[in-house]
Amino acid sequence: MSFNVRNMTVHEALSLMERRECTSEQIIRGLLDEIRAVDGRIDAYLMVNEDDAINQAKAADRARAEGKKGKLLGVPIAVKDILNVRGQQCTCASRILSGYVSPYDATAVARLRSEGAVFVGRTNLDEFAMGSTTENSGFKVTKNPRNTDYVPGGSSGGSAAAVAGGEAIAALGTDTGGSVRLPAAFCGCVGLKPSYGRISRYGLTAYASSLDQIGPITKDVTDAAVLLGTMAGWDEMDSTSVKIPVPDYMAGLSGDLKNMKLGLPREYFVKGMDPEVEKIVRAAVAKCRALGAEIVDVSLPHTEYAVSTYYIIATAEASANLARFDGVRYGFRIKGASDPIDMYGKTRAAGFGPEVKRRIILGTYVLSSGYYDAYYLSAQKVRTLIRRDFENVFKQCDALLAPVSPTVAYRIGEKTGDPLQMYLGDIFTVTANLAGICGLSVPCGVNKEGLPVGLQVLGPAFGEEKILRIGHAYESAST
Amino acid sequence: MADLKMTSVDKIDVAYVAHLARLFLTDEEIRTFQGQLDHVVAYVKKINELDLKNVEPTSHAVMVQNVFREDVVKPGLSVEQVMSNAPATISDQFQVPKIVE
Repeated sequence: MSFNVRNMTVHEALSLMERRECTSEQIIRGLLDEIRAVDGRIDAYLMVNEDDAINQAKAADRARAEGKKGKLLGVPIAVKDILNVRGQQCTCASRILSGYVSPYDATAVARLRSEGAVFVGRTNLDEFAMGSTTENSGFKVTKNPRNTDYVPGGSSGGSAAAVAGGEAIAALGTDTGGSVRLPAAFCGCVGLKPSYGRISRYGLTAYASSLDQIGPITKDVTDAAVLLGTMAGWDEMDSTSVKIPVPDYMAGLSGDLKNMKLGLPREYFVKGMDPEVEKIVRAAVAKCRALGAEIVDVSLPHTEYAVSTYYIIATAEASANLARFDGVRYGFRIKGASDPIDMYGKTRAAGFGPEVKRRIILGTYVLSSGYYDAYYLSAQKVRTLIRRDFENVFKQCDALLAPVSPTVAYRIGEKTGDPLQMYLGDIFTVTANLAGICGLSVPCGVNKEGLPVGLQVLGPAFGEEKILRIGHAYESAST
Repeated sequence: MADLKMTSVDKIDVAYVAHLARLFLTDEEIRTFQGQLDHVVAYVKKINELDLKNVEPTSHAVMVQNVFREDVVKPGLSVEQVMSNAPATISDQFQVPKIVE
């Protein structure tokens, strides 16, 4: 027997299982039914191992019958195919990692597993998380479940599409320049990018190490709080994870915004953005005011330099991180190479897709002799200015409200020929990664065509409690 | 001043940089990327409009410092696990094309 899980949240699944109204196996079977029914249309998953998922669920049911506890006992989680789950593939949606099987769990995954989570499958992404649409996958294009002519956003597009399409209860994504928040906004679900250092990056295949963070994509804010609380905290295996206590994120979800001062950054409401998006976001801001928040105007004056700064720093780090994919130790290797240099060059040419190649070339260029100072070093200095902008505004208010993106989802193929136009769409999300702060995307309405719009709540570093409280209060008042 | 800086930054030479990155591109890829990346480079140059003389660079948004641990033996992956994803091995070592004649 299976259970209808299309709209089920993590906390609903847990209370059903706690009350013995259903088993993990029934939930997993329900989920597999959904995947079979819709994934042919959405293409959110790169891999689903039904037998393995059912076996994990049965083990969780046995554990529960024996009286064992776990914050996520028996709850299925879909994982972006860039985070290592022991025994499952980890291709990063790249042909260069075809056939790669993870020998270990990422720390975030290990923490979910130790609380009883079940890992059902691997979700699609832009190759190595480089992209904003999931069109750059080496394997297939994921579609937006709200309208399959449109992209789901990226790079965690498979995770967001799976959650929004009812074929995942919750999922993990990663966010280097908006890759959790943007697809969450485009698909109409909740996406959280925690502060840099909040969740260990061990076992996350690195794109840009100083910007990458793992984050949950969920159906509501409560689930984001549950997953963050389980994954967060210092880890010996990631020296950039931070040793500060993990609060009880659920306890902070009070449902009101009394005594909260929320800033509207004027640079995030600019000419050229979709007027419908602006109208919907401003209506969400008005609702926050009605819930008790004081709204103040603030300024982040270096915002216009953020996309440049991001694409210099991120590609520089990517060019170094992706040097390891050379056909020697894992993944794909070209046949018949005459010497090692020939093997590296041909393996990488055949294994990487166009967006990854573009970013490696740009990153190598900005780090190369004669250009380092003008690009990479200057970008690091602008990063300081962007960080200071946020430090200043967080002296004036508790958190910021802004759009996630200047537009709704693009049509599939609309921007693929023009990388610069694609990059400019990241303007409102890359700043949080550069500054190391946290950000939350909460659905706040749909446009005339029914395409979702996301409200972005930005908080200071390690201010996740605040942004979750704001997101939760807004969500509770709008449903 | 800003103008001087801008002109000292040349156009990206995609063929040369791809060679540095060990990416053997086709002529068609070089042409396509050249056009696309010229646009991107022209755009990202924008940061040199700012006066950055007295600004410290940020490499990480949070303070990052050296982390030391005790030098003790701990369990790790087995040789078999480490080698399991290798495209070619010989006697528990990664096999590659001949380097020295």
